[in-house]
Amino acid sequence: MNLKKILKNGFLILVASIILTACATQKKSTTSTGQMQGDVYTGTDTVKYLASGVPDRVFFATNETILTTASRDTLRKQAAWLRKNSNIYVVLEGHADERGTREYNLALGERRANSAKDYLMTYGISADRISVLSYGKERPVDSGSSPLAWSKNRRSVTVKAN
Amino acid sequence: MQEKCWKDKMLFRYLILLILLPIKSFALIEVDITRGNLSPLPLAVSPLSIDEKSREGFKKILKKENIGSEISMVVENNLKQSGLFNPLNKDSFLQKPDIANLKPRFEDWNLIKAQALITGKVTLIDNKLRVEFRLWDILAGKEMMALAFTTVPSNWRRVGHIITDKVYERLTGEKGYFDTRIIYVAEEGPKTKRIKKLAIMDQDGFNNKFLTLGNELVLTPRFSPTNQMVTYLSYFRNLPRVYLLDIETGMQEVVGDFAGMTFAPRFSPDGKKIIMSFAKDGNSDIYTMDLENRVVERITNHPSIDTSPSYSPDGKYICFNSDRSGYQQIYTMNNNGKNVKRISFGKGLYGTPVWSPRGDLIAFTRLHKGKFYIGVMRTDGTGERLLTENFYQEAPSWSPNGRVLIFYRETKSNSEGEGFSAKLWSIDLTGYNERLVETKTDASDPSWSSLLSN
Repeated sequence: MNLKKILKNGFLILVASIILTACATQKKSTTSTGQMQGDVYTGTDTVKYLASGVPDRVFFATNETILTTASRDTLRKQAAWLRKNSNIYVVLEGHADERGTREYNLALGERRANSAKDYLMTYGISADRISVLSYGKERPVDSGSSPLAWSKNRRSVTVKAN
Repeated sequence: MQEKCWKDKMLFRYLILLILLPIKSFALIEVDITRGNLSPLPLAVSPLSIDEKSREGFKKILKKENIGSEISMVVENNLKQSGLFNPLNKDSFLQKPDIANLKPRFEDWNLIKAQALITGKVTLIDNKLRVEFRLWDILAGKEMMALAFTTVPSNWRRVGHIITDKVYERLTGEKGYFDTRIIYVAEEGPKTKRIKKLAIMDQDGFNNKFLTLGNELVLTPRFSPTNQMVTYLSYFRNLPRVYLLDIETGMQEVVGDFAGMTFAPRFSPDGKKIIMSFAKDGNSDIYTMDLENRVVERITNHPSIDTSPSYSPDGKYICFNSDRSGYQQIYTMNNNGKNVKRISFGKGLYGTPVWSPRGDLIAFTRLHKGKFYIGVMRTDGTGERLLTENFYQEAPSWSPNGRVLIFYRETKSNSEGEGFSAKLWSIDLTGYNERLVETKTDASDPSWSSLLSN
């Protein structure tokens, strides 16, 4: 009986702590600035537009090359715009933040730009119209040394080539 | 620039080395460089003596008041920077340079606690610079070595470096690293639009020259072991490719014909191959190209990023970094790509492995909990030692004797980019003697040459 009670209480405490932790995590991931999700930039400070409603860039988590849901959404808009403007060629410029070694970052930038390229291709854009250029950490858009600045710099930018 | 470089080569060839006297005496003074030297050896560098006629002659040619003192200052500065020697203040010297060079009064030098003494003489003969120098063991009251050089006057700084190498070798038992150059990337302008140029300078920061104009982004220059060639990454026409540059003629060429970015180049120890990464469809692998027959070989074939390759000094092995485990770590393999072994297992990320010219160690950059470290480990990954910790630093390059590492360090900046700097630093293998290597502009990606003379 007693044991059962203890177990029951313990269970309640456990559930409560899980909920509390969940809240804490939630709070942490929508950081104070409200411009980052995890460490992926979600703001629009640096974003330019290829056409109305077509953002030119997608952002990545530290050391990651996987596209986020928001990135895939942006790339689908780019693909739609490219399908409509079939004479336009683009360069995908891949970038890394300053918190990595120079050579590895060159490779990382190349991989980021390619994951954007692959996605555009699955939405019907021919590989001939897309070239890829990695700048590694050489061309940051934000000069700062803060997690927010770094999140803006981890990006693949679609640039009109003609 | 082209013409000037050519001239340098001629000057170098002109440097004649004569051994004046055989060396019989035992080295009684010895400097241990295998551990951190906290009590550098006190020694006296007497200004090289010079006769009035030679002094006037050199003043006309080199615009230097007293070339004898100038050369001794090169030597003194080198010895001091090494951290192993403590050159004593000249004000305390009792004996005049010319007399000291003939036969030092050892008691006088002993009095100021000098354990070794360097003396010498400079003369102008047929418009050439003749320098003789002697190294004396003060406690034993003996001459340890005596050498003379004849060269063109404009080579005077190199004479100072060669003297330092000889003294260093005699006192430590290992080759020096003073008659060497550093190639690096000179940086200017805001972080978002940085202008980068290839630059070359003597190991002590003098004779700085720019090798490119800054029109295109250039990165990661590396010396050939034969010294006249440099390999680097250039964004010429926005196509990042590995290039080969002859620093004497200024001739440049793309290395290989790759349909994509090539980067992270280095020479093989015999200078005949370039090893580098080639990135294609989001995957970077390691390739080599033979500079004679242009044959390209693929060394790694893995869906991960494989980059920053560096050969062992015998050319049999390659170390590189790869994220095949999920994150950037250091691996070694045979020069044909077989027998891949992960060697870094500490917490955090590891990159930029460089094999020591002595063969026993690999220097690297480690990133752990937001800090960057330069460290060394044995080639099987054991015995890891972190030499220095900072906000950001990477890309160590070995001195030719494998005793000193040069690398670059960047500082934090605010969102306007204020506070940012990139500078070259050096540190001994022991973790002591960390020093700023002064450059006129900001600087990164240093690469140390081999000894210019042997």
